[in-house]
Amino acid sequence: MRTQISLAFEKAKKENRPALLTYTVAGDNTKKKSLEILNYISKNIDICELGFPHNTPIGDGGEIQTSSYRAIKNGIKMNDIFQIVKKYKRNKFSKPVILMGYYNMIYQFGEKKFLNKCKKTGIDGLIVVDLPWPENKVFANKCKKKSISFIQLLSPTTSKIRLKKIVKDSHEMIYYISMLSTTGGKLKVSPKKILKNYYKIKKINPKKNCVIGFGITEKTIPKLKSADGLVVGSAICKEITRSLNNRQNPVTNVGKLVIKLKKNTL
Amino acid sequence: MKIKKNMPLIDQHNKSGFWGGKFGGNFIPETLKKPVEDLEILFSKLRNNKSFIFERDNYFKNWVGSPTRFIKLENLTNHLRGAQIWSKVVSDANGGAHKIYNATVHCLIAKRAGKKYIVGDTGAGYAGKMLSMAAKKFGLKCKIFMGAKDIKRQGPNVRAMKKNLAEVVPVYTGSQTLVDAVSECMRYWVSNCDTTHMCVGSTVGPNIFVKICGWSTSQISRELCIQIKEEFGKIPKKLKLINCVGGGSSSFGFWNEFMHYDKKKVEFIGVEAGGPKKSKRHAAPLTYGSKIGVLHGAMQYVNQDKMGQIEETKSISAGLDYPGVSPLHCFLKDAKRARYTAATDEDALKAYQLVTKYENLNPSLEPSHAFAEAIKIAPKLSNDTIIIVNSCGDAKKDRDILRKKLGKKYENSN
Repeated sequence: MRTQISLAFEKAKKENRPALLTYTVAGDNTKKKSLEILNYISKNIDICELGFPHNTPIGDGGEIQTSSYRAIKNGIKMNDIFQIVKKYKRNKFSKPVILMGYYNMIYQFGEKKFLNKCKKTGIDGLIVVDLPWPENKVFANKCKKKSISFIQLLSPTTSKIRLKKIVKDSHEMIYYISMLSTTGGKLKVSPKKILKNYYKIKKINPKKNCVIGFGITEKTIPKLKSADGLVVGSAICKEITRSLNNRQNPVTNVGKLVIKLKKNTL
Repeated sequence: MKIKKNMPLIDQHNKSGFWGGKFGGNFIPETLKKPVEDLEILFSKLRNNKSFIFERDNYFKNWVGSPTRFIKLENLTNHLRGAQIWSKVVSDANGGAHKIYNATVHCLIAKRAGKKYIVGDTGAGYAGKMLSMAAKKFGLKCKIFMGAKDIKRQGPNVRAMKKNLAEVVPVYTGSQTLVDAVSECMRYWVSNCDTTHMCVGSTVGPNIFVKICGWSTSQISRELCIQIKEEFGKIPKKLKLINCVGGGSSSFGFWNEFMHYDKKKVEFIGVEAGGPKKSKRHAAPLTYGSKIGVLHGAMQYVNQDKMGQIEETKSISAGLDYPGVSPLHCFLKDAKRARYTAATDEDALKAYQLVTKYENLNPSLEPSHAFAEAIKIAPKLSNDTIIIVNSCGDAKKDRDILRKKLGKKYENSN
């Protein structure tokens, strides 16, 4: 059976464009607003990544940290995050949802309870930033049993042998980190070089949907269009921060930004 | 959970890097997998390489200044009328604290790895000061991450780092203390791991950093073992080794060589920071039964809320102001090899005053926590009990806090 995530990639491919994945932090800046943002941008995106915020993130840059602290300050709890997704899934334009975060939150919630809750809420995939392969094998299998896709991460430092092994153990989607950076860094590698690495991964198994993330903005999208998918995170978090600082509505501002992002994928 | 004999404790982890099957590990982003693995391979080669060991010992002896003194605190013993109180004066080491051992070893490794840059975190500023000293000595460019709150309260060490040409990067996120400095340092390494070596300032972080730090600070107990035998002819029957525990680097190094003695003979007592009296905030995850969770790449006992957000800590001592603790200490606690307790800010200050009143010793606020425990238990023990406190840091860096807290009493004693 093809998953919702696979179908999203197929649709984008048919339209001859990369799938657009957005990342926002659940509860940024409030539970209500973060749900409104998802609903508002849903028509223009293919998959939405939703972060569960952690206060000692070791992989995130300033923009996502700011969003995370804001959400935590506003009292976001794990169950609120599931509520947001549950409500979002009622939207008829809703897209597959991938939860993204750090392992401690899952560990404290209880792996089993967490996966059951994900399944019940209709979560399609999971990214756990600090649970690399092969340590994640057991957890990834548990996800598979619940028909939740565990998304493996690959980076420019991943060795060739490791690439092969990880791709082999991956589910339908993999995430390539474009450069040595935390999230939201300026793209310090040429798009050409990024795509070269990307095609190395695709060559191992062309069937896996491979997305590129980190440093993806309105400006860099056109040069990376040939990927299966592109993830924009920090640029959106930055827009939320900017809107709040200017006392503007983050919902409509993020909406406008996403339209521009979408346009550039075409 | 059991400690194996005939094997260093730092090596008693499983394939995935867990001590006792559950503490430690490598909870790191994919980008760091390769540099961490490279470091594991390099370290396992170097620790068996004679020329590397020779180089290390040479720098320890001629630059760090080993062995540091092992002295009896005669006046304090007479005042308390109980167990004999001794001290291993590790603050004699170049720079004034035990952090020099780890810093030196990391710089030697960075050189062998062909790295030109080194970054590190710091709380009290000692780890940063020592790293900047060692980096200067070995010709490496150095960057130190330090919480903005710590920069304010540990001025003398900040000035020392700058004097050693290190760039001190203030960290404004979260509680603006050590926990945030470590996070920011790890994030920096994620972005620069191709050119830069990272030195984690204590026995915390991903598995390999715990090992390197523990291996380096073990110099303390290697010296002490010899000094005790010289002094007493053998290891005394009733020996208590008391050390403060923040991340746990000095205490682990202070205990390592005595690991396989019966705990009835050689007891390990770790003293965590209890924070201000009556405050709910503390930095004592082992004493107050914090839950197990992931912090800075490792599974450990850590102060956190129900959801898994790491909690802010509060302690007068910047070096102990950390919500987690080394996986090695979690292992020692669960294996029941060491006993852990806490001293409050007030206890530590009182101990500082008593020690400086009776002895020509100036322990920083961190070891003052350990002295507080020694002072508490010594009167109840017999004179043939030997208590040794690791005076692992010098109080020069604390003069602003001490002046503020003790006022005239501090001026008079110094």
